[in-house]
Amino acid sequence: MRRKVTKTDPGFDEKVWTQLAEMGLLGLPFAEEHGGAGAGPVEVAIVAEEIGRVLAPEPFVEAVVLAGGLINRVGSDAQKSELLTALSEGSSIPTFAHTEIGSRWTPTASAVTATEAGDSWTLSGVKEPVPHGARADVLVVSAALPGGGTGLFVVNGDASGLTRSGYRNIDGTRSANVRFDSTPAAPLGEGGDQTDAIERALAVGRIAYSNEAVGAMDTALRTTVEYLKTRKQFGVTLNKFQALNFRAADMYMSLELARSIALWATVVEMTGGDVVSAGDRARLLTSRAGRHIGKDAIQLHGGIGVTAEYKVGHYTARLTAIDHLLGDGDFAADRLAAKVGDYPTVDPLGAPYA
Amino acid sequence: MQLQLSPEMQAFREEMRTFFTTQVPKEIRDKGANRHHPTKDDFVTTQRILNAAGLAVPHWPVEYGGRDWTPLQRHIYREEMQLAHVPEPLAFNTSMIGPVLAQFGSQEQKDRFLAKTANLDIWWCQGFSEPDAGSDLAGLRTVAVQDGDEWVVNGQKTWTTMGQHADWIFCLARTDPTAEKKQRGISMLVFPMDTPGVTLRPIELLDGGFEVNEVFFEDVRVPSENLIGEVNKGWDQAKFLLGNERVGIARVGGTKGMLALAKELARETTYNGRPLLEDPRYASRIAEIENELVALELTALRVVANSADGKPHPASSVLKLKGSVLQQEVTELIVDIAGPLSVASFAEEGSDVPDWARVSAPEYLNYRKVSIYGGSNEVQRVIISGTILGL
Repeated sequence: MRRKVTKTDPGFDEKVWTQLAEMGLLGLPFAEEHGGAGAGPVEVAIVAEEIGRVLAPEPFVEAVVLAGGLINRVGSDAQKSELLTALSEGSSIPTFAHTEIGSRWTPTASAVTATEAGDSWTLSGVKEPVPHGARADVLVVSAALPGGGTGLFVVNGDASGLTRSGYRNIDGTRSANVRFDSTPAAPLGEGGDQTDAIERALAVGRIAYSNEAVGAMDTALRTTVEYLKTRKQFGVTLNKFQALNFRAADMYMSLELARSIALWATVVEMTGGDVVSAGDRARLLTSRAGRHIGKDAIQLHGGIGVTAEYKVGHYTARLTAIDHLLGDGDFAADRLAAKVGDYPTVDPLGAPYA
Repeated sequence: MQLQLSPEMQAFREEMRTFFTTQVPKEIRDKGANRHHPTKDDFVTTQRILNAAGLAVPHWPVEYGGRDWTPLQRHIYREEMQLAHVPEPLAFNTSMIGPVLAQFGSQEQKDRFLAKTANLDIWWCQGFSEPDAGSDLAGLRTVAVQDGDEWVVNGQKTWTTMGQHADWIFCLARTDPTAEKKQRGISMLVFPMDTPGVTLRPIELLDGGFEVNEVFFEDVRVPSENLIGEVNKGWDQAKFLLGNERVGIARVGGTKGMLALAKELARETTYNGRPLLEDPRYASRIAEIENELVALELTALRVVANSADGKPHPASSVLKLKGSVLQQEVTELIVDIAGPLSVASFAEEGSDVPDWARVSAPEYLNYRKVSIYGGSNEVQRVIISGTILGL
């Protein structure tokens, strides 16, 4: 089913997207006056984990958490009413066009520049890879401002001077090369430098992806365990081989540690703690765990794990994509390492969550 | 799922922190901070201070000095104690034989032993492992034969930690050699270490220290009333005891304290004029360990919150596995920070090598034990793959 859906554009099932809207999931974190459900990070985490568990190709984190989150945090009331209501209803899918070739997860932009002429703005340059960038109805674009800093702009999918070339990603989702050539754009909210808002949005995205990764790792491990119990070689099921069972035990340990930190980071976000550090912590651990579980899930399956016909390898592909969308483990480790000398111990239970 | 401490729990944590850092003598806590082993007197002094304040055996039944705390409170209590480098109440007394007596002992045995056990008036040691019965404990061969109203014990125990300080031993012995399952014919006996026929031989460890011993029994006569629980049911008590042993074995607070020390040492130690703490390789090593420690602490809390009727959550095996590995990684980090100075373990007065560097390699080698005792990490993997994953 997933393979069929991801083979054709837009890489996910529009009917499922409509159903997610009907269930209220696309407006989960937004205020009711903007068409949302007024729920919090914990509810978002639960949905993200389920998306990961069933490997749904629908761009929940990309549209709702990243693009929607930025609109919700930075946008004007009018923008929130229009864009978030449409997102919640399922009638318009936004994306956050931020990554540039060579940018490697910085919160700033340089390859796309913003130019002001009179009352209006235009953007020029290239963003890539932009998640579901060809399908998106509206783009939230980061761009270098004339006076320095990075601004956020809203660009409609049908704007002039906008060229989009979509393609399939390793995990079956879609990305696009998005070219702006004096493309009209509206500042998100009050305009000006939004580097901090972008940094925060990336952190919230890292936390959501951590939850999605936990769901995916959970299924990868379960699938592997089931395989070990049923697959026979040398006349016995594979779980007669302790070397294999021990690797599964280590996968379980990685999963539970990752689950703990993803949950914690979600609660830090909910209680208004330091989301940037929490996002880095969650990213680091789910990166390490995702690689461990993803790779061993394939290894313990043997050859079938590498085929497209069997599901487990697709989980590894998604974990690999998640691991590189908003920063990998080394990226997060470097950021945490830069601060380890500033405090003696970490107290994850104390308020307000150092 | 509770991840943030409520104001009540924050106050509780503050109360614990204040008690440990003001009521336990600083010279005792400083030894811990500087990675030195507490002496027998340090253990006794500390446990009596804690017991007087109702803090030695909070997890016991209330009638014997317990506090009826929630699992979260016990967790906080333990973490704060470790963070403050307070020598913990003697595990053989408070986590092992005490709870077994409270659960399986006769009223006479409870009255006779529990109060003295809580106050460390009796120092207990553990007679479980034998030369041929380590992870496979049920293979033990020490025998006890009934003779009138006495049991006559013959055999050998090993790895008896701090047995040289002990007043009494709790001991597993085979009382029915004909039992079909080897687990069935085992009983638990307790007796004084100065009973005729008991001899103790200390085993020197790699770090030059003496903490474990061999204990030999030659026609040791033990009164029948010193058998705990039912005859031939000792394996139930052993399992109950070993389950308790794994609780709190994550040792997050202790490892946090060691990592904080490692950071300080990495700040003071320079290479090419730059503190090691600013070396990207060291900083990143510290960051990775610290992050896993955060995850371990949170996992410990999840396990604590989900433990039902005193039974350890199956995921407690994760705590033992990861907890021991992280302890070992920090001791390894400190040896590496010490660098060439780490070889000078037994330097004496004429040496300029700082104390922490002298003890770094012995401690690193000593800490190989933590992935072996309490059910080796391989045993934990068997438990995870078997009990949790159903493999």
